[in-house]
Amino acid sequence: MARAVTRQRKAINTVVAWTIGLLIFFPILWTFLTSFKTEAQAIADPPVWFFFDWTLENYRVVQERSNYTRFLWNSIYIAGGSTLLGMIIAIPAAWSMAFVPSNQTKNILLWMLSTKMLPAVGVLYPIYLIFIQLGLLDSRFGLTIVIMLINLPIMVWMLYTYFKEIPGEILEAARMDGAGLREEILFVLTPMAIPGIASTVLLNIILAWNEAFWTLNLTASRAAPLTAFIASYSSPEGLFYAKLSAASTMAIAPILILGWFSQKQLVRGLTFGAVK
Amino acid sequence: MEIGKSFATATALALVTASGAFAESLTIATVNNGDMIRMQGLSSEFTEATGIELEWVILEENILRQRVTQDIATSGGQFDIMTIGMYEAPIWAERGWLVSLDGLPEDYDVDDILPAMRAGLSFEDSLYAAPFYGESSMVMYRTDLMEAAGLEMPEEPTWDDIAAAAAAMDSDEVNGICMRGRAGWGENMAFITTVANSFGARWFDEDWNAQLDSPEWLEAVTFYNDLIQNYGPPGAANNGFNENLTLFQQGRCGMWLDATVAASFVTNPDDSVVADSVGFALAPNKDGMDKRANWLWAWALAIPAGTQQEDAAMEFINWATSKEYLELVAEREGWANVPPGSRTSLYENPEYAEVPFADMTLRSIEAADPNNPTVDPVPYVGIQFVAIPEWSGIGTAAGQEFSDMVAGRQTPEEALERAQALVTDEMEAAGY
Repeated sequence: MARAVTRQRKAINTVVAWTIGLLIFFPILWTFLTSFKTEAQAIADPPVWFFFDWTLENYRVVQERSNYTRFLWNSIYIAGGSTLLGMIIAIPAAWSMAFVPSNQTKNILLWMLSTKMLPAVGVLYPIYLIFIQLGLLDSRFGLTIVIMLINLPIMVWMLYTYFKEIPGEILEAARMDGAGLREEILFVLTPMAIPGIASTVLLNIILAWNEAFWTLNLTASRAAPLTAFIASYSSPEGLFYAKLSAASTMAIAPILILGWFSQKQLVRGLTFGAVK
Repeated sequence: MEIGKSFATATALALVTASGAFAESLTIATVNNGDMIRMQGLSSEFTEATGIELEWVILEENILRQRVTQDIATSGGQFDIMTIGMYEAPIWAERGWLVSLDGLPEDYDVDDILPAMRAGLSFEDSLYAAPFYGESSMVMYRTDLMEAAGLEMPEEPTWDDIAAAAAAMDSDEVNGICMRGRAGWGENMAFITTVANSFGARWFDEDWNAQLDSPEWLEAVTFYNDLIQNYGPPGAANNGFNENLTLFQQGRCGMWLDATVAASFVTNPDDSVVADSVGFALAPNKDGMDKRANWLWAWALAIPAGTQQEDAAMEFINWATSKEYLELVAEREGWANVPPGSRTSLYENPEYAEVPFADMTLRSIEAADPNNPTVDPVPYVGIQFVAIPEWSGIGTAAGQEFSDMVAGRQTPEEALERAQALVTDEMEAAGY
């Protein structure tokens, strides 16, 4: 009896999990399908599912109209650069908070997180004016810095949680063996925290890739990443859903593939520390 | 110190090289509408003729509006040419944010620009934005359904004609009438304001007192609400231009009252199943009132003050909004694809006159007068909007009330009462 119940429950769980998974995945699937339709098929009612003349026309038009490679390169630069720069700052910061905490550590951590509670638009004008002064508008470098600063609290928090799991005694042992601070962080802590660091890196690349507020507001043409590429295909006066879908598919494909191959690390990273 | 110095030199050098490389390059911010994309496609001709390279920043309308406003208000200098609408042009010109286009050469023939468009894009008699294409609003209707119902649509219908036609064409498959319902100053409020104008209502009296508590407003809004509740599509409170376009192209609307530019979409057989049976009529008026529900809008090219490339920008505007450009589009893509509503000479061209919606578009534009938008006098310019900086805020907030009304959450009386209160508050706070 007990076995039967388990099997039944397992079946229900599977069905529920698949349903939720498909529901979440559906918008992406629909975007993908729409990108191969004509504009008329894209708005057809009842909707066209799989059986239509698949066409690459939208991708051709998008390729012709926009310089996809430039947008893609900007996205890679900004997502990669901001993550790299962020890690250089976040690893030592998380180390000091995890292993040499002071009375104020908890407060500092909370204070860092509080910056995420401010709506981004609240600081748009100050940052815009600073960017004008420094000549950083529409520059990849300026954008990289801003995106890095925005994600920094999350990086520090994630790394802090991982580092807390590592016994401080191991670091002490390293110190006893004569390791300096640099060696301790680079050769002892970092290798042990590789899974945590990997998932922090991955999550931050994804966050930076999808960031659409600052990337749209601080760029014009030269530094515009794929978010601006998508925005250029949205129109309130005219139906361009198929082309918009093609542009979206091209914009999310790289990050989707990256996410697919690294899902193990991602899941592990995000659930790390949940079970103690 | 040495390192600091060489770093500074390198940075300075990089900046000089960078600005040198972009000296002959214009950055143009524009919207993703068909006519603009066509211009982008044809712009290689301009580059070939002048050697001026073009960088395009194409954004969705609302993002573009926010983006260019923020840049121009802070003198960010990101754009050399901005695509702006009739709402922004006079406000920005007054603030000294735009370069006057008085410097356009003689053969540009500024007098050829349609008078209504010129009026809406000028400030103190100087043109500040050159119309790339212009639009009004009109009635698009299904000729086959009207015939089946035994009705004929007058060229100059009244609201009673529209209500009768909507009732006659409404069925299980077809909605009698499609109109905007989604909240936003450029969405439902553009449409509702024109309805109000045609019923003799106005936003403000001459002392800037809000007038939404007037009987004219109540009559207009009640009429609009009844039409959309009885003969409109389900979920009309979420419908904007694109949603109604989709419905009309699929044959789900008997009538659609919206922008004249929609005419080329609904008559295009590639996208529209009803392309062969669409008729056009002027926007309606209330019986006995001499204002019609026509709006007026233009997407226009303007030069932000402070650009380093004023001459080159002027040259581009001269090219993109010239008579020659219209001919270039006609030659490459046919007369139906020429950007409409900007120049008188286009409508005098016998070849363009054969385009089915040309005549009605011109008549609709001519019926609109941004300087005298209402039956009673008003202190503001603008037909489907009030050309003051506060408008985008109050228009959108009031729009939310009317959208809630269409969704059935409140009555016209309640919607108007709330709108009146919030408009009064906003205007007082703004110091009117």
